[in-house]
Amino acid sequence: MSIILRTFVPQISIMKIGVVVFPGSNCDQDMIYTLRSMNHEVIELWHKDTDLQGVEMVVLPGGFSYGDYLRSGAIARFSPIMEQVIEFANKGGYVLGVCNGFQVLCESGLLPGTLQHNLSHTFICKNVYLKPSSKTAAISADLDENKAYTIPVAHGEGNYYADAETLAELKANDQIIFRYCDANAAVTEAANFNGALDNIAGVCNAGKNVFGMMPHPERAADPNLGNTDGAELFKSLFNNLAVQA
Amino acid sequence: MDHSLEATTVDTAKELGLLPEEFDKIKEILGRTPNFNELSIYSVMWSEHCSYKNSIVWLKTLPKDGPHMLVKAGEENAGLVDIGEGLACAFKIESHNHPSALEPYQGAATGVGGINRDIFTMGARPIAQLNSLRFGKADSERTKWLLKGVTKGIGDYGNSFGIPTVGGEVYFDPCYEQNPLVNAFSAGILHTEKDKMISAKSGGPGNPVFIIGSYTGKDGIAGAAFASKDLTEASADDIPSVQVGDPFQEKKLLEATMELAQTGAIVGMQDMGAAGITCSTSEMSAAAGLGMEIHLDKVPTRQDDMQPWEILLSESQERMLAVIEKGREAEVLAIFDKWDLPCAEIGHVIDEDRLSYYWHGELYAETPADPLVLGGGAPVYYREHKEPAYYQEYKAFDINSIEVPEDLQAVAKQLMGHPNIASKRFVYEQYDSMVGTVNMSTNRPTDAAVVNLKDTNRALAMTVDCNARYVHADPKQGAMIAVAEAARNIVVSGGIPSAITNCLNFGNPYNPEVYWQFVNAIKGMGEACEKFQTPVTGGNVSFYNQTVLKDKTEPVFPTPTIGMIGIIEDKKYITPMGFAEKGDLIYMIGENRNDISSSQYLVEVHGVNASSTPFFSLEEEYANQEQIKMLIRKGLLASAHDVSEGGLFVALMESAMAGNLGFDITSDSAIRRDAYLFGESQSRVVVSVNPDNEDAFIDLMMLNGVEFDLLGHVTKGSIRIDDIDWGHVDEYKSIYDNSLGEIMTK
Repeated sequence: MSIILRTFVPQISIMKIGVVVFPGSNCDQDMIYTLRSMNHEVIELWHKDTDLQGVEMVVLPGGFSYGDYLRSGAIARFSPIMEQVIEFANKGGYVLGVCNGFQVLCESGLLPGTLQHNLSHTFICKNVYLKPSSKTAAISADLDENKAYTIPVAHGEGNYYADAETLAELKANDQIIFRYCDANAAVTEAANFNGALDNIAGVCNAGKNVFGMMPHPERAADPNLGNTDGAELFKSLFNNLAVQA
Repeated sequence: MDHSLEATTVDTAKELGLLPEEFDKIKEILGRTPNFNELSIYSVMWSEHCSYKNSIVWLKTLPKDGPHMLVKAGEENAGLVDIGEGLACAFKIESHNHPSALEPYQGAATGVGGINRDIFTMGARPIAQLNSLRFGKADSERTKWLLKGVTKGIGDYGNSFGIPTVGGEVYFDPCYEQNPLVNAFSAGILHTEKDKMISAKSGGPGNPVFIIGSYTGKDGIAGAAFASKDLTEASADDIPSVQVGDPFQEKKLLEATMELAQTGAIVGMQDMGAAGITCSTSEMSAAAGLGMEIHLDKVPTRQDDMQPWEILLSESQERMLAVIEKGREAEVLAIFDKWDLPCAEIGHVIDEDRLSYYWHGELYAETPADPLVLGGGAPVYYREHKEPAYYQEYKAFDINSIEVPEDLQAVAKQLMGHPNIASKRFVYEQYDSMVGTVNMSTNRPTDAAVVNLKDTNRALAMTVDCNARYVHADPKQGAMIAVAEAARNIVVSGGIPSAITNCLNFGNPYNPEVYWQFVNAIKGMGEACEKFQTPVTGGNVSFYNQTVLKDKTEPVFPTPTIGMIGIIEDKKYITPMGFAEKGDLIYMIGENRNDISSSQYLVEVHGVNASSTPFFSLEEEYANQEQIKMLIRKGLLASAHDVSEGGLFVALMESAMAGNLGFDITSDSAIRRDAYLFGESQSRVVVSVNPDNEDAFIDLMMLNGVEFDLLGHVTKGSIRIDDIDWGHVDEYKSIYDNSLGEIMTK
C-alpha cells in the first residue's frame, strides 16, 4: 500500500501590480523583473501620472528618488502619483515600499516612524539576517520565526526610529514585520548594523495593508544569484493577500 | 573689443601649457595668429589628456583586433565586443587621479560619472562597475583622508546612479602617498538586434546639434590641461579645475539617452568629458570629415556671467553633444521634457572641415577640426627612454641573502592583516554591489566578478588587475603578469578571456627612465595580449603621476591597470573560489618554486624592496590556463582560486574562508618553507576536487603534462600544515576581515 502525502500548495493568485518609477528610482526594474518572474502582471507608474490604472497593489521601489538631496523620500511624497497612492492606501489598498520606497512611505505618513542616517554615517551594502516578527502581517505570516532569512541591504539612511508611544503601538498591534538578527535568528545588538530602534528592519501600518522594509527581498529571489530567501517573503505576501482579499 | 579676440603671443601659449613649437604649428594651421579663444581650444585639445601625443606611437603597437571585436580601439567612445546570444559588451577604464589627489570625494565621483557616460553614450546600458585604487601608506593621515573621500565619492555617485560595483582592487604603497590612483571601469550591454549602437561621428550637413544634460557651469575649466602636468605643492591652487558630480542628473541622462536611442533620431552622440564642448564638437566633426557652426550663447548655463571661452572649456558633468536628424527635433525635446533635463539646439553640421564658434552672432573662434584631434593634426612625439639604474640592481637579488623566519605562523597572521592582502570590505561595503540583481559573486565568491546576463545561458566575468610592484621591478614582465593574472582570474571563474581595456598610470613622460618603464610595459602587455587573444579595446593614459617636492621628484610605480572581460558560455561553468566540502582533495595546478621575489612577504617581513619579478613564463601560464578551462568544462573542479599576493598560504586561506572550512596540507621539502607558503611565483591555481572525481581529474592532468601536486584535503575548519596545528580558520578570518577597517578608523 502506498501512502500519498499531499502537501498543501497555497493558490497564489496573479495580481495586477503597479511599480512606481520616480526619477532616481534604480531598483524599479529589479522589482519588475522579480514580480514578473512570479507571473504577476506589472505596469510601470510614472511619477507624473495621476491614475493608478486599476492596479491591485502598488510597490514603491528602492533608489534615490529625486536624488534624495533634501532627505530620503522627502520630495517623492509630493509627486502627483503619491497623492493617488496615499488615497489608495487609505482605502485599504495594498502598498509595499522597499528601501527608498519605505522612506517615502514614512515621509508621506502612511507608515509610522522615520529613517535616520546609519550609525556609522556610511552607506552599507551587504547580506544581513532577518527574523520575521509579525504573524498577522501578510509579508511575514507564513515565515518561520526561528529562521534567519538572508536578505541584502543597501542604504545610507536606514536607521529606523519612532517615539516610545509609537513603538508601544507597533508592538501591541503586531506591526513589526522584520528585525535584524544573527545567523541563529537571535535579535542581538551586534546584528543591529545600522542602529535601528529595537533592531527594526520593517513595519506595517495598523490596517496591515501598507508594508515598508529597508532590506531588498527582490535581490534574493533569483536562483541564479544563489539566494532565494527573498522569494519566501513574496510568497507569504501574495499568499495571504489573496486570502484576505 | 573683447580681449579674447585679440591676437595672442607665445607667452600666453606657454601659460596655457603649449610649447613654443606648438604655437608656431598652430599659426601655420590657421594661417594667422590665434586669438585667446582659439589658443585655449588648442591648449586643451593638444594636452596629453586629449591628444595622447607622448604615448600614441607606442599605443599603436598593441593588438586591436580579435574574432569578437565589433568596434575596435579608438573608433568610438569605447570598444564593443560580441559576447554571443545577440549581446555586445562596451567596456572601458579611465583614470581620475589628479582630481582625486586634490578633492578625493568629487574627484572619484566624477570619475565614476565619466566612465559610465562613455558607455551609455554608445547606447549600451551599464550593468556593472569595477574600480582600481592605489594609496600611500595605509596608516598615514593623508591616506585615511583620501581613502575615505574616494570611497564615499565612488559610493555616493555609483549607488545613486544605480549600477552595481561588483569588484576591484585596493593597494597601498608609499609611492602613492601624494598621488593616489583612482581608475574606474564600467561595462555595458547592448542588444545587437533590438538596439542600435550610437556612433560618436557627426553626419549630415544641416543637421542640428544639441547639447543635452546638465547646465554648463564654471566648474572644471581646463581640467584636461590640469591633468597633464606634474602634481606639485601649488596644485591646490588648481582646485577649481575639479568638477562637481550630480548622479541624479546622470541617472536621468542615462534613461533619457536610452529612450533617445530607441527613436533612431540620433546621428551621433558623444559625452562631454575633458575639454567639454571643444572636445566633443571637434572629435565628432573630425571623425566624419565635417564641421560645425556653434552658438555658445545658446548653451544653457548655470551662471549668468560666463565668458565664451569658459563655455568652450567647461568640464561640467552629465552633458552630451548630439547630432540629430533634421526634422525630428520635437521627438528629442519631448524626451528631455519628460525627464526634466535641459536640452538646447546650439548649432548645426556644415559640409567642410571648419569649426566656428559664435557669441551673440559674432565669430569668437574658428579652426579646422582635423588638426585638433588624435590621428589628425595633433602633435605626435617620440620620447627618449633610458634603462634606470635600479633595474639591474633588482635583478641581482638572491634568495639566499634572506633567512627563513622561525615563527611562520606569526608571519602568516601578519600577512593576513596586511592592508594589501586583508579584506577590503571596509571599502566595498560602502558600494551598492547588488543593485540590478546581476551580481552572481555575492553569495558564491569567484576570482573575477561574475555578472548574470539575464534571460540567457551566459554570464560575463570581469576583473581589474595590476601588481605595480612587479611592473616597477621589471616593466615588461610585470605588465605581462598583469594581463596573465587578469586572464587567470577570468579562467578560474569559468570564463574565456575576451578583450581588455587598459589604464596606463605613469610618471612624467619627459623623464627618460619613466618613459622606459612605459615603453617596456607596453611591449609586455602587447605580447601577453597576443598570447591570450585579448585585444586592447581602449582605455586611457595618465602621465605625470608623481609628487614633486622641494628636493626630489618621486614617480609612482608604473601602474598599467588591466580591465578584462571574459565570456562564460554556460552558467554551469561558474566555479567558486571557496572550498565546497570537507574531505575534498586540494591540488595545486602549476609549479611551486623557490621564489620570494617582489612578494608582499619579502617587502613586509624583511623590508627588502630591491628584487625582480617573481618567476613567470608566458607559455607555462597559457598551458595552465588551457588546462583549467578544460577541467572546468568537464565539471571536475569544486573550487578554483589563483595564487597571488601572499602566496599559497593566503590563497588556501581565502578558499577556506569563502567556504567556511579549513585545510590540512603537506609542504614540499625541496622548497624553502617561506617560499612555499608566501612566495608569489606565477601561474599557480589552488583547486579542490570531490573524491568521486579524483580519477577523472588525474587522468585529464596526466594527459596534458601540466605540473600539478596534491597538497592535502579540506577540513571542517582546522588549519594543519605538515601535521602541525596552525589553529582554526576563524582566527585568521577575524584578522583578515577587520584589519583594514581598524586601521582606517583608528
